[in-house]
Amino acid sequence: MSIVDRLKTIDRRIIFVAISLAVIIPLLFPIGLPIMVSPPAQGLYDAIEELKPGSKVLLSFDYDPSTMPEVYPMNLGVVRHCFSKNIKLVGMGLWPTGVLLGQEAFELLAEEYGKTYGEDYINLGFKAGGIVVISAMAENIPETFPEDYAGTSIEEFPIMKGVKNFDSFGLAVCFSAGDPGVREWVMIAHSRYGKKVGAGITAVMAPAYYPYLQAGQLVGLLGGMKGAAEYETLLKYKGTGSAGMDAQSIAHSLIIVFIIFGNVIYFIARRKERKKV
Amino acid sequence: MRRQLPLAICFVMGVSMVVQFFIPHRVSQEFYRTILDWYRIVFAFSLVLGTGTLIKVHWAKISKKSKGWQYSIITIGGLVFMLAVGFITGIQEGTLFMKIFEYVEVPLEATMFSLLAFYIASAAYRAFRARTVEATLLLIAAVVLMLGRIPFGYYLWHKIPGIAEWILTNPNMAAKRGIVIGVGLGMISTALKIILGIERSYIGGGK
Amino acid sequence: MGQEWFSLDRLNVLIGVVVYTALLLYFIYQAKKGKELFVRKIAGLEAVDEAIGRATEMGKPILYIPGLSTISDVATLASLNILSKVAKKAAQYETRLIVPCTDPIVMPVCQEVVKAACLDGGRPDVYREEDIYYITYSQFGYVAAVDGIMVREKPATNFFLGMFWAESLILAETGASTGAIQIAGTDAISQLPFFITACDYTLIGEELYAASAYLSREPLSLGSLKGQDWTKLIIGGLVLTGVILSTFGLRFFANYFTTG
Repeated sequence: MSIVDRLKTIDRRIIFVAISLAVIIPLLFPIGLPIMVSPPAQGLYDAIEELKPGSKVLLSFDYDPSTMPEVYPMNLGVVRHCFSKNIKLVGMGLWPTGVLLGQEAFELLAEEYGKTYGEDYINLGFKAGGIVVISAMAENIPETFPEDYAGTSIEEFPIMKGVKNFDSFGLAVCFSAGDPGVREWVMIAHSRYGKKVGAGITAVMAPAYYPYLQAGQLVGLLGGMKGAAEYETLLKYKGTGSAGMDAQSIAHSLIIVFIIFGNVIYFIARRKERKKV
Repeated sequence: MRRQLPLAICFVMGVSMVVQFFIPHRVSQEFYRTILDWYRIVFAFSLVLGTGTLIKVHWAKISKKSKGWQYSIITIGGLVFMLAVGFITGIQEGTLFMKIFEYVEVPLEATMFSLLAFYIASAAYRAFRARTVEATLLLIAAVVLMLGRIPFGYYLWHKIPGIAEWILTNPNMAAKRGIVIGVGLGMISTALKIILGIERSYIGGGK
Repeated sequence: MGQEWFSLDRLNVLIGVVVYTALLLYFIYQAKKGKELFVRKIAGLEAVDEAIGRATEMGKPILYIPGLSTISDVATLASLNILSKVAKKAAQYETRLIVPCTDPIVMPVCQEVVKAACLDGGRPDVYREEDIYYITYSQFGYVAAVDGIMVREKPATNFFLGMFWAESLILAETGASTGAIQIAGTDAISQLPFFITACDYTLIGEELYAASAYLSREPLSLGSLKGQDWTKLIIGGLVLTGVILSTFGLRFFANYFTTG
C-alpha cells in the first residue's frame, strides 16, 4: 500500500485525536480572539435594551441537556442582560428538561443580581402540547399555567399580578434545540398576536431560521456558541460562550486543513490512476 | 371490517382536523384540545407497551445468552433501578433521582451530542472532494462559512463574515425555500392519500 | 376570535387547499383511467433493491430507522409506507430486518406494517416481532443504542428514512464506518447535508414522500405525484408574479398570501 493510499483511508481515530486536542488546548489555555458581533445578535440585544425597567420578558426553555453546552450560555446571557436592566422574567418550557436548565440559570444569576423569586422572576414549568400551549397562553396565561414549576399557585407571586396574556410582555425569547420551539413561537406569538420574538438556537438549526429573521418575524437570533459569544461581547463579560469560541476557531480551522489535505491526496491519487491508464 | 373501520376512522378524523383548522370558534378549539389530550393518553399507554417490548427483547437475550447479553443486564438493571429510585425518593429537585439525572444522564447525553464534532471532521475529510464543478462550489462555500463563523476568518480577510452571511441569506435560503415548497406539497399529498385510503401501508396495507 | 365559525384570514389557505386537492384528485382519476404517467428516475430509490440484495448476499441484516419523530409527523408516515415495501422484499429474500423505534406509538405500527408486508410477500414465517422494538424516548440514548446495534450486528444495509435532528450525522457516520450501504431520506433541511455527506444515497425533501408511489408504481399514488408537479408550476408562477409586482412597489399581491 502506497503512502497516498494509506492517507486516503486514514484511521478515523487520528482525526478524532486531532480534534480533541484542538478543542481541549484552547479551553485550557485561552487565546482570547476578539469576537465580532453580527446583526442578528445585535438585534436581540437592542430589543432588550429598548425595554423599560420593570417590563416583563417571557422566556421559553425548549432545549435539553444534550444541547446545553450551546444553548445554556445564551440563556445565561439573556437572563443576565434582563436582570441588569431590572426587567422581570417569566420562564416556562415546552420541553420538560429545559425547565430545570432554565431554573438553574435563574438561580445562578438571581444571587449575583440580588433578585427574588416570585417578584423579579418566576418559572412556570413545563406544559406538554407545543403549539397548543402557546395558543392557550395567548388567550389566558393564568389558566394555562395555574401553578409554577414547584406546584405553588401563581396567584401568590407578585410578578404574576395583572399578567393575562402576551400583552403583558414586551418580548418573548425562545431558547430552542428543535421542535416544539422557535417555529411555534413565531407562528403563534408573532404571526397571530404580533408579539416580538427573539431566539437562541443551536448552530445546526441556525441556517433554517434565517428566513424568519429576514422576514422580520424574529427581532434577533443567537446561533450556536458563536451567538452566545457575541451576546457576551455585547454585555462586556467573558462567559462559556466566549471561552468556547477559541476552541471552535481552532477546530473549524483544523477541519478546513483536513478538507484541503484530503483534496490534495485525492488529486495526487487521481493523477496516479490516470497515468496508469 | 378489520381494514374498513380504521380507514373510516382515519377519514372522519382527517377531514375533521382540516375543517377544525378553519374554525376559530371555541367549540372547535375545545375539540382540538380534546384530540391532543387523547393523544397524550394513548402515548402514556403505548409507553408501557414500548417498555414491555424492551424488557421482553432484552430478557430473551439474557435467557438465551445471545451475543452481548451482558449489555442487556445493564439495560434492564438501569430501568429497574431508576424506577425504584423514582418511586422511593420522588422526582423533585435535590432527590437522588434528580441527582442521577443531572450527573449521569446530562453528561451522557452531552457526550453523545459532542460526537458530532468528531464525525463532522471525519466525514468532511472522507467525503468533501472537488470531484465536479458543483462539488467544488459546495466545498468553497463550506470553507467560507466555516471561516465566517469564527473570529479567525475576520482576521484572514475582514470581508469573509459578510460573504458567509450572504451565502446563508441568499443562495442557501433560495435552495431551502425551494425544498420547503416541495416538502409542503409532498406532506399534503401524503396526508390526502392517507385520509382517502389510497395509502394504507400504515395499517398493514391490504385491500 | 373564539365565537366566529370561519377564520376569514385563512380564506387564502382554504382556496389553496381546494385547488391543490382538486388537482390531485383529477390526476388520481386520470391514473385510474389508465393514463401513462412519467416519473423521473430517483437514484436513491433505484438502489433499494440493490441494497436489500446486498444484505441477502452477505447474510447480514438490514437496519431500518423510521426517524425519531411521532406518528403524527407526515415524514414518519411516509417512512412507514417505504418500510412496507422494504419489509416485503426482505421477507421474500429471507433477510433479517431490524427496526429499533424511539416512539412507543410508532413501534406497534412498525410491527403491524412489517407483519403485513411479510404476509404480502408470501413469507409470514420470517416475521420476527423481537426485531422491531422500542428503545427509549431520549434522543441521544436512542442514538447510542442504534450505534451499538450497527457496531455489533454489522448490518449490510442501513435505511434512515423519516424525521431526524442532530443525531443524523452520528448515525450515518457510524454506519459508514461499519461499511454498510446507506440510504437516507428526510424533509429536515438542516440534516440533509449530513446525510448527503455520509450516505450513499439521499432522498431530498419531497422525494421521501414520493418514494412509496415510486416503489409501488401504483397508478393511484403516481397520479398524486403529477398533481404535485402541476401545483409546483402554479406556485412558481405565483412567486414570479409576486416578485415582479413587489419589485415595482405593488405589495397587494404578496399580501394576499399572508395568513392569520
